[in-house]
Amino acid sequence: MNPATVQELIWAGVLVALAAFWPMMSNGYWLGIGVDVMMYTALATSWMLFSGPTHYISLASAAFFGVGGFVVGSGMSDYDASFWSMLALSAVIGGVLAALIGLATLRLSGVYFVIFTLGLAEMIRNLVSWVQNNFLGSRGLYVLTEFTDAHLYWMLLLTAGCVYLLGWIISRSRLGFALRIIGGDETVARHVGINTAMAKVILFTTTGVFGAIVGAIIAPRWSYIEPNQVFSPQLSFFVVIMALLGGSGRLWGPVVGVIPFLLIWNWVDSNFPNQSILVLGVAFLVIVYFLPHGFVGRIEQLRARARGR
Amino acid sequence: MKQAGAVLSVKNITKRFGGLVAVSNMSFDVAEHEMVGIIGPNGSGKTTMINMISGVFAPTDGRISLRGRLISDAAPQIIAREGVGRTFQLVRLLPGLSVLENVMAGAVYGHKRRWGREAEDFAHSVLERVGMDAMSHAPVSSLTYIDQKRVELARTLAGEPKVLLLDEWLAGLNPTELETGIELIHNLRNEGRTIVMVEHVMDAIRSLCDRCVVMSSGAKIADGTTDDVLSDQDVIRAYLGDDDA
Repeated sequence: MNPATVQELIWAGVLVALAAFWPMMSNGYWLGIGVDVMMYTALATSWMLFSGPTHYISLASAAFFGVGGFVVGSGMSDYDASFWSMLALSAVIGGVLAALIGLATLRLSGVYFVIFTLGLAEMIRNLVSWVQNNFLGSRGLYVLTEFTDAHLYWMLLLTAGCVYLLGWIISRSRLGFALRIIGGDETVARHVGINTAMAKVILFTTTGVFGAIVGAIIAPRWSYIEPNQVFSPQLSFFVVIMALLGGSGRLWGPVVGVIPFLLIWNWVDSNFPNQSILVLGVAFLVIVYFLPHGFVGRIEQLRARARGR
Repeated sequence: MKQAGAVLSVKNITKRFGGLVAVSNMSFDVAEHEMVGIIGPNGSGKTTMINMISGVFAPTDGRISLRGRLISDAAPQIIAREGVGRTFQLVRLLPGLSVLENVMAGAVYGHKRRWGREAEDFAHSVLERVGMDAMSHAPVSSLTYIDQKRVELARTLAGEPKVLLLDEWLAGLNPTELETGIELIHNLRNEGRTIVMVEHVMDAIRSLCDRCVVMSSGAKIADGTTDDVLSDQDVIRAYLGDDDA
């Protein structure tokens, strides 16, 4: 991932400002899509902070997201806690969980890392279900708030904006440069003096924090929370596909992947509900065969060609 | 044996991989501004020795110290920050980064930590020294082999190491490239750098090294000035077998 420019930050700021008007121009179906877009933009961008430069594909998004939703659900339902305090708590738990996973997976790379994160997310889902059924009562968790879809949209937009800003700062820092070196050759990274373990754990932790925050914010939308729903592994795959479809070369890559993917997904899901999973497969094929560097890679290729002429 | 002013000191180093003894009870010192060659037949443990100094793995036994500070149980990044820089037997560049960024990587996290404009300027100056500044914005995939090696050397120099480890830096070069390569290392030597080089190219060893440590089957069999060592009976036997000695 290349360092982001000041120009990119200004564009991002303009886009966030414009996006804030969406709830005033839409409602119902389109506002719902807007919430989805913001949710996945925040998730995919925070996924990119770690996986973009290092090329470590994490399938643990659902674990962090689920922890966020579950903490909010459990806190509000069982302990009468406020939404805001649970939002803060879920960020902390998500961060600690990510740091632990990061420390546990330091020696893994490539496909081993992918499988390990997927397995771990599944393990956490089952563990939470088990705790829920045996100790917290199986009455289900209700998240009842006054929030409308528009409120959730704005909160997610703010989160996505924060993720972008953090990513922008990191990409221009020594830490960001260290991650690109790690992505290139971890042996070299160590021999030029980079504490690779520290750099990877820090970045993976930010991914966990934001995953949990997004999960917490989206919880009120469901009203009723059940572990199998918030820890769905499908979410982890969605995040990866959208980020790769957009392209991992730039920090704004995920946005251009999230929007077309969700539009197509929603259209297929409402018209051909039984074939929706097919979209996932086709998306994978399209990425592998036609867009190995995502839309970003294609856009930059076209731009370079135009400049060459 | 230990001389005053030794920058790098290797004491009774042994490395076992399971039952295999790769390096056995090696000791040698490297003084400041000295250029020491580690030579020996294939499989004699030279690269293992370099890997232990740079921290790729810890020795089973013994001590390695840099200016009196023990480094043999430290991680590679700590050793790099203490001031040991190395190149790799098979050149290792960072493929997604430009030539300049590859060299900056060496300048940013070493024992002098530069950043931003300062790191960039310094990287340019090091690239100029190895004769590669004109290529600083090229992608590394477009470089020839000798140029890749020069960039890797520049990355290591950018960390301003107190001790520079060159692991067969001249291997795989054609005759003209070899000339360029030897001249480049000769310049480093004239700058007064402290260098340890593992090498097979005898011409280079004769013209570059003040001293040589000879290894055979993991053990040291000779240590002395290059001329003395290369005419030593044990050394000739190790390389050529008993009949020719």
